[in-house]
Amino acid sequence: MLAAFIGFEVIRRVSPLLHTPLMSLTNALDAIAVVGAIILAGEHKTTLATILGTIAIVSATSNIVGGFIITDRMLKMFKSSGAKKA
Amino acid sequence: MSPAATYVIIEIAYIIAAALFILSLKWLSSPTTARRGVFAGEAGMLLAIVGTLLHHDIVDYKWIAIALVLGTVIGIPLGRVHMTAVPQRTALSHAFGALCVTLVGTAEFYLRAPAVPKFLMAVLSLEVILGSLTLTGSLMAAGKLQEVLPQRPITYKGQNFVNLSLLGIAIIIAVMLVLDPSKMYLYPLIVVIPLIFGVMMIIPIGGADMPTVISLLNSYAGLSAAAMGFVLDSKLLIVAGALDGASGFILSVNMSKAMNRSFTNVLFGAFGQEQASAGGTEEEARPVRSATAEESAAILAAANKVVIVPGYGMAVSQAQHKVRELYDALNKRGVDVKFGIHPVAGRMPGHMNVLLAEADIPYDKLLDMDEINGDFQQTDVALIIGANDVTNPAARSDTSSPIYGMPILDVDKARTVMVIKRGMSAGFAGIENPLYYLDRTLMLFGDAKGFVGNIVRELTGAGHA
Repeated sequence: MLAAFIGFEVIRRVSPLLHTPLMSLTNALDAIAVVGAIILAGEHKTTLATILGTIAIVSATSNIVGGFIITDRMLKMFKSSGAKKA
Repeated sequence: MSPAATYVIIEIAYIIAAALFILSLKWLSSPTTARRGVFAGEAGMLLAIVGTLLHHDIVDYKWIAIALVLGTVIGIPLGRVHMTAVPQRTALSHAFGALCVTLVGTAEFYLRAPAVPKFLMAVLSLEVILGSLTLTGSLMAAGKLQEVLPQRPITYKGQNFVNLSLLGIAIIIAVMLVLDPSKMYLYPLIVVIPLIFGVMMIIPIGGADMPTVISLLNSYAGLSAAAMGFVLDSKLLIVAGALDGASGFILSVNMSKAMNRSFTNVLFGAFGQEQASAGGTEEEARPVRSATAEESAAILAAANKVVIVPGYGMAVSQAQHKVRELYDALNKRGVDVKFGIHPVAGRMPGHMNVLLAEADIPYDKLLDMDEINGDFQQTDVALIIGANDVTNPAARSDTSSPIYGMPILDVDKARTVMVIKRGMSAGFAGIENPLYYLDRTLMLFGDAKGFVGNIVRELTGAGHA
C-alpha cells in the first residue's frame, strides 16, 4: 500500500515526455519476479516446478536485459537544446 | 554462513533494492537525471538477484544459470530494436512478464495444493488470472502493432456480453477454488479462460486505442506481479509490482482522459464500440485547398512561429529525420519551431517524443497538449504530419461526433493550417475531419517523409538571399 502510494506520487511527476521510457523501465523493474522464479527453479521440489521456474527465469531475464538496454538507449537520445552539439 | 545470517543479508539486499527502484523512478521525472534512474534500477536488480541466489533453499544452480544466460541472449536483441518498433517491443515484454508470473503462480499452486490457505489462494488466483489475460492480450497487441494481425477493430454483436461472461466465469471458478482448494481440477480453468479472454479483449481494439491498451496491460502485468509478491511473501516483489501497476494505471487514466473515455469503459476493454456508428453523413465532394511543396515552403519561410503536430503517420513513414531537417532549415531562417504532442498520438504513451528525440530534436521543444494549446492563436503555421483525430475540431463543437469531448490540439486557431496526408480518407476512428475544409487549411497530399523532404529541399536548395 505504502509502495503503491509512493509510486503514485513519484510517477505522477514523470513528464509525458518520458512516458515511453517510464513504461519500459517499470517493465524491467517488474521483472523482479525473477527472484520468485529463481527460487522455484533452484529448490528442485518437483520436476514441474523446476521446468516452469526455468522458463519463467528466461522470460523475466529477457525483460530485465532488454528493458534496461532500451530504456537507456531512449534516454540517451533526449537532449536539451542547450547541450546540443552539431 | 548460518541460515539466519544469510536470511538477514537477503532481506537487507531486498530492502536496498526496493529503495533503489523507487529512486530510479524518481530520477526518471526529469530527462537530466533519467539515466541515473536507469542505473539505480540496474543496481537494484543486480542486488536482488545476487541476494536471491544466496537463498538456502536453492540446491541446484544448473537450470538457473542456463535460464539466466538464455534470457540474456533473448533480451539483448529485444533491447536493440528500432525505435519505431518500441510499441510492439513493449507489448511483447508485458507478455514475457505476464508469462513469468503465470508460470510461477502455477508452480506454486501445484506445490502447495491441496492445502492452500484462503488468502493465499485468493491472491494466487488474482495473480494467475491477471497474468494469463495479460499474456495473450499483450501478444495480440504486439501482433496488431507489428501488423501481423489485422489492425482494424473486429466487432460483433454481444461482444461485451461474451467477454464479460468469460471473465465472470473465471472469477466464479477462482472463488470456488478459494473456498475449496482441493478441487485441483478447476485450476487449469483459471489459466485457460483468462488466456481466451485476453485474445477476445484485444480483438475489438483498433490502432488508435493502443496507447490506452498498452498502459492498461502494463498495469495488469504490474498488479499480477504484486499479487505474486503476496503469494511468495516478498515485499520487494510487492513494491516493484505496485510501482509497475501504479504507473500503468496512471498512464491508462491519462490516456483515457485524453480520449474522453470513462475509465470504466477502458477497464472493461469496451473499446472501439462507438466507432462503428461514426459519421459519413457529410456530402463527399466538398472543396479542399491543396498546395505543392514549393508553395508550402514559401509559407513556412515567411512565418514567425510554426508548430508541428506529429502523429502516427510520421512514425509509419519514418519521417522523423526529415522533420528534423525541416526544423533545422526553419531555425536557420529564424523561424520559431515547436512541436505539439497529443497524449495519444502514436501507438503508445510518449511514442512521438521518443521518435523525435531519436532524430535529435531537443526535448524542450516538445510540448504537451496543455502547454501548446494556448500558443496556437499566435502561431502562423500549424503543420500537421500524419495526425488526424487529435486535431479534429468536431470534438469541440459537434455533439453527434463520436469523439465529441475529446481534448484536441487547437490547430484550427493557427493562422494557416497545413496537413500532410496521403489522401482524403478518414482517420483511424473513421470520422470526417472538418478541419480539412476550412479556408485557412492547405492539404499537402503525399507521403509524410517524401513531402517533408521536398519542403526541405525548397527551403535549403532554392538559394535564398
